[in-house]
Amino acid sequence: MDGHTQSATAPVAYYDKAIRYFTLASVFWGIAGFTVGLVIALQLVWPQLNLGLEYTTFGRLRPLHTSAVIFAFGGSILFASSFYVVQRTCRAPLFGGDGLSMFVFWGYQLVILMAGTGYLMGITQGKEYAEPEWYVDLWLTIVWVAYLILYMGTLIRRKEPHIYVANWFYLAFIVTIAMLHLINNMALPVDFPSTKSYVVWSGVQDALIQWWYGHNAVGFFLTAGFLGMMYYFVPKQINRPVYSYRLSIVHFWALIFLYIWAGPHHLHYTALPDWAQTLGMVFSVILWMPSWGGMINGIMTLSGAWDKLRTDPIIRFMIVSLSFYGMSTFEGPLMAIKEVNALSHYTDWTIGHVHSGALGWVAMISFACIYYLVPRLWNRTRLYSIRLVNTHFWICTIGIVFYISAMWVSGIMQGLMWRAYDSQGYLVYSFAETVEQMHPYYMIRAFGGFLFLLGALVMVYNLWRTIRGDLRDEAPMGIPDTRPKLQTA
Amino acid sequence: MTDDPNPNQKKTPENTHPTETTGHEWDGIREYNNPLPRWWVWCFLITVVWGIGYVIYYPAIPLLHGSTPGTSGWNQYDQLDRSLAAAKALHGPLDEKIAALEPEKILSDPSLRTFAIQGGKAAFANNCAQCHTSSGGGGKGYPNLLDDEWMWGGKIEDIVQTIRHGIRSSGDEDTHSSAMTAFGKEGLLTKDQILDVIQHVRVISGNAEPSDASARGQTLFTQNCAACHGESGQGSHEVGAPPLNNDIWLYGGSEDTLYKTIYGGRGGVMPHWAGRLDDVTIKKLAIYVHSLSGGEKSAPHPAP
Repeated sequence: MDGHTQSATAPVAYYDKAIRYFTLASVFWGIAGFTVGLVIALQLVWPQLNLGLEYTTFGRLRPLHTSAVIFAFGGSILFASSFYVVQRTCRAPLFGGDGLSMFVFWGYQLVILMAGTGYLMGITQGKEYAEPEWYVDLWLTIVWVAYLILYMGTLIRRKEPHIYVANWFYLAFIVTIAMLHLINNMALPVDFPSTKSYVVWSGVQDALIQWWYGHNAVGFFLTAGFLGMMYYFVPKQINRPVYSYRLSIVHFWALIFLYIWAGPHHLHYTALPDWAQTLGMVFSVILWMPSWGGMINGIMTLSGAWDKLRTDPIIRFMIVSLSFYGMSTFEGPLMAIKEVNALSHYTDWTIGHVHSGALGWVAMISFACIYYLVPRLWNRTRLYSIRLVNTHFWICTIGIVFYISAMWVSGIMQGLMWRAYDSQGYLVYSFAETVEQMHPYYMIRAFGGFLFLLGALVMVYNLWRTIRGDLRDEAPMGIPDTRPKLQTA
Repeated sequence: MTDDPNPNQKKTPENTHPTETTGHEWDGIREYNNPLPRWWVWCFLITVVWGIGYVIYYPAIPLLHGSTPGTSGWNQYDQLDRSLAAAKALHGPLDEKIAALEPEKILSDPSLRTFAIQGGKAAFANNCAQCHTSSGGGGKGYPNLLDDEWMWGGKIEDIVQTIRHGIRSSGDEDTHSSAMTAFGKEGLLTKDQILDVIQHVRVISGNAEPSDASARGQTLFTQNCAACHGESGQGSHEVGAPPLNNDIWLYGGSEDTLYKTIYGGRGGVMPHWAGRLDDVTIKKLAIYVHSLSGGEKSAPHPAP
């Protein structure tokens, strides 16, 4: 399995070693990140689970969860899929071959390890989604530049006359994340070799840059990157052409142009000047249709082959993923509107929104991608079990529904209680009373998260058996079982 | 794969005609050149037009100093001022009455009493509930405000005094400062003596039958405890000594807890709120807390 696999259509040797490593890393970090997520969800229900140890408090485990799922799980599958897609859609081997791509692999794993261990020891910049301290940031910069060189080099050496749309999205993700990372993490260590540093930005400028970064981590890491994935794996799995080339161009440029301005909606009704809040809100609302362009292109590509939903659970993952993408990119602009934000901000509604995007869109399309990649990367005829993919699909989908509906109810209730006035014009509830009311919803949320993790463990089993080369003896999905019956004595 | 996406597909305006692909192919993927969905274009344009209108109406374009004010003239600081002014208009006149009137007068005016209690309840939720809990039921070391037992006095004036200056609160000269002596730690009572006192306290609180130990304890109680807690354990507001002749406990009435209390003394702290809360709010709080339990009546007659 070392070295190269041959494409059937063109005699190009592809470098797939790092893709296999990144795929396994993605599954590993996924399980780790979901598990930590479940732990902190349970801590919110039963604070005793903080264990009274500084290393296991919610404050330290929460960034461990977010970084593990976004950057370790999501990041690894973005690397894996982008390496896979860029070679095949360019008909060119990876620039730098196994050497550069494996450097990116081990370099990125080191970033994850340094960041995660730092959180547990209390080493953090305290900037959401940019918690790693300066030494991790510097190392990530080196790894990221290697990634950019690898990716650009492969694109330049392409044998196709045009660059496929998936690659536009991947490239936008790589370039923009580089810019965001550099600017948001401009920091000076207190002294050498202190792990503590301070960012050069201060006050409201720091807040604005932080949320310019934070929102575009959503926009370019979790949206553009995964749209790149969608644009390759959806048409491949359904075996139909992409619905509209024109739409892909228009929504790509509209998305790229608009997303970068939307960050100030995280700072409504703060010290941020009114004009910046206005622009953040306006760009967020205009972003609605460009976001939906990707959903339309994905769903319309699937449209016309709905019958395959009966037989192919990977396509079920894709359609549900696109539906959650559409839902959360409608919800996002809605929550960016000041009057809505006045209710939703700082409440669990935000957590629900993030998870409908992260569990529903990002993780579901990633699962589909992993199920597509594994048999191909390990040269297996098919997955060990298609039916287990279906089991995974239903457990996860139900888990997401529990999770986000609990957070909607809890978040809206929380916001309404915070602003409840009595007939005399006084606030009705204390903060502790709102927390008490949220307790049952936190239980439901933890149960949803448990189901999501359980489904992912079904995937792990399926992938492990697939890589081992096993094939499960099972009836095909959606069509009558025509296999000869086994005669039992 | 044919260029027709699906011969059996239901024909719609969007897939009837332009089913040609762009002619490119990447790893077997091709792309139709379908036009942009009409509704998508319209929705996009509508949001853009709305956005332009919003930018004109509200502060939006940064300038060298400040920004365009927007034709509405709105800004978030004015909005805040307006809502503060509205609250002040609603509360101001009533707050003035509460500041000026004696507590008894406030209680005798039903609407003013309701206003004061509601205001006190809101202030309680945000400032006091952390220790005394949202209901006022308190907990170990945090007095229950729902019963009618008062350590430092249950008249509204007493409660105002306690809230304003706190209990053993550093930085306030007028705070209630006396504390329970650590009889064991300071060597004033031996272990056996403390155990005897405990038996006596359990007898007067109705938790134990009289015994030899309690009889010995009664003597010790008279010598050591009665100065603050009173001969019969009735307590004293002057020094904040809780009554011991009932089954209401601040730290607990078990033998273990009583031993800790007598051995190590007690000196819980309540912060002083003068300076952090204004006098009207403190008065409302006192009226609210007073209302929770019925409270003690203000002195009906001036002292002769």
